[in-house]
Amino acid sequence: MDALLSITGVSVRFGGVNALADVGFDVPQGALLGLIGPNGAGKTTMMRAVTGMVRPQAGSIVLDGVEISRLPTHRRVRLGLGLSQQIVRPFAGMTAAENVALAAGYAKTADPLRALATASRDAERERARTLLDLVGIADAADALPAELPLGYLKRVEVARALALDPKVLLLDEPLAGLNTGEAARLADTVVDLNRQGTTVVLIEHNLSEVMRVCRHLVVLDNGRKIGDGDPAEVMADPAVRDAYLGAPKEGSGEARHAAA
Amino acid sequence: MYEISLLTVMSFSVIFALSLNLITGFCGQISLGHAAFYGIGAYSAALFTTDGGSFWLALPLAMAVAGFFGFIVGFASLRVRHDFLAITTMGVGFLFTGFVRQQDFLGGEEGIAGIPDPGIGQIPYMLLCAALATAVIAFSLYLKRSWMGHAFDAIATDEDTARTLGIDVARYKLTAFVFGTALAGLAGALFAHYVKFVEVESFDFIESISVLAMVIVGGIGSVWGVVVAAAFLSVLPLLLQVFADFKLLIYGVLLFTVMYFAPGGIDSLMRMLWRRISGRRTAG
Repeated sequence: MDALLSITGVSVRFGGVNALADVGFDVPQGALLGLIGPNGAGKTTMMRAVTGMVRPQAGSIVLDGVEISRLPTHRRVRLGLGLSQQIVRPFAGMTAAENVALAAGYAKTADPLRALATASRDAERERARTLLDLVGIADAADALPAELPLGYLKRVEVARALALDPKVLLLDEPLAGLNTGEAARLADTVVDLNRQGTTVVLIEHNLSEVMRVCRHLVVLDNGRKIGDGDPAEVMADPAVRDAYLGAPKEGSGEARHAAA
Repeated sequence: MYEISLLTVMSFSVIFALSLNLITGFCGQISLGHAAFYGIGAYSAALFTTDGGSFWLALPLAMAVAGFFGFIVGFASLRVRHDFLAITTMGVGFLFTGFVRQQDFLGGEEGIAGIPDPGIGQIPYMLLCAALATAVIAFSLYLKRSWMGHAFDAIATDEDTARTLGIDVARYKLTAFVFGTALAGLAGALFAHYVKFVEVESFDFIESISVLAMVIVGGIGSVWGVVVAAAFLSVLPLLLQVFADFKLLIYGVLLFTVMYFAPGGIDSLMRMLWRRISGRRTAG
């Protein structure tokens, strides 16, 4: 088994709604995997289940050989998950660089008393600047989040996740809100990071960028997995085309049932 | 001498206010029952020294006992946030006063009188309090700069996001509670050996609100703002009888004014003033 992140039989119910029903897939070491699907398909819920912000009713999540599905979020992060959320949540009182530096100091913040024993942030600030440069916003290092446009904040979020030196980087719609040029540049950065060895799970609506950069696709629809494999083959599947790209308006329900 | 009294009161009030600032200001955890820990420190030190214990041992003992209860309350508070935490801590305050009133060994309604003098004289006692206050100020300033302060800052702003950066929010909150309540215990022990008499009214809900007012008026999380507010507000009732008579009314007006017009407290007002002055200077 060379899966770095292995998800098996994950089910999440909110009230009576099945947000995820028995979904499983493997993320091999070194993969750049696209997790796609229409709105409400369960992509973000899946990511929240992986990070521990949502507790699945059933299923197993194994990261690098460790069963993490019962661990609190911070433990999962320390085992190697890096997360960039769809809705950006920078710390409002800290500059972009300080936001990233806080994540870069993860070794120092592991234990409160050890955190009290150290005050120097030079190394982490340096690293923060390097990472902000990497995502193309070195000029925003000293700006407060309130002064930055969404396109910048998205990249602060990505830089902050990278600062954790994650084994698996989970990116939830990092390209949303960016213009075409910015989106292509950030997607290229993700490809570069992946080439350098970071395993990436990319949740994205921007299908053209997904098709361009991902080498593996998992497709969700209505909380179920309907596709898993090579992007071109997956997208050629009529069920995926129907669910994801939208079938003809009349009879789409029947078509879906027929496909299932 | 009068000035010595004022400086002594100022000193332990500064420690008390900074102890709450650590929990509420740095770590963002509101507490409406902080006077309970001030009281726990005062009562445990008073019991210890009236029983013949050394004053010098009473100080760390008061910190340990208050910090121990702070740990328990902090642990119980981990599951609640924001307004629910405010109500929970308020309940802790009432629990404390209600418990003390019923206990003979704590003097019940009458309190504990005849707390022995530390035996070092008035001026050295004032100097001791001032030195400890200075140490707590220095500790607060350092903590704010340290990685613990950095993590507290993140938790105060958005604890869910802090978790996604690998921060063990529960342990940091517990640490804040233990540090903050232990320092409140120290302030309480100093208070008890200054007035030499403790009664439960000194640690009731009004006292919890008063210390919160010091933190809010000073500027939540600002070390110097809170020091100034605590120093000022603690001695005003001693200087002006009218302030003592209308203390609650004045605190109410102060809290309302600050929250409405300057939520950043003295700290932000000073910064604003400084910007104006330096702005005018560069303009001139």
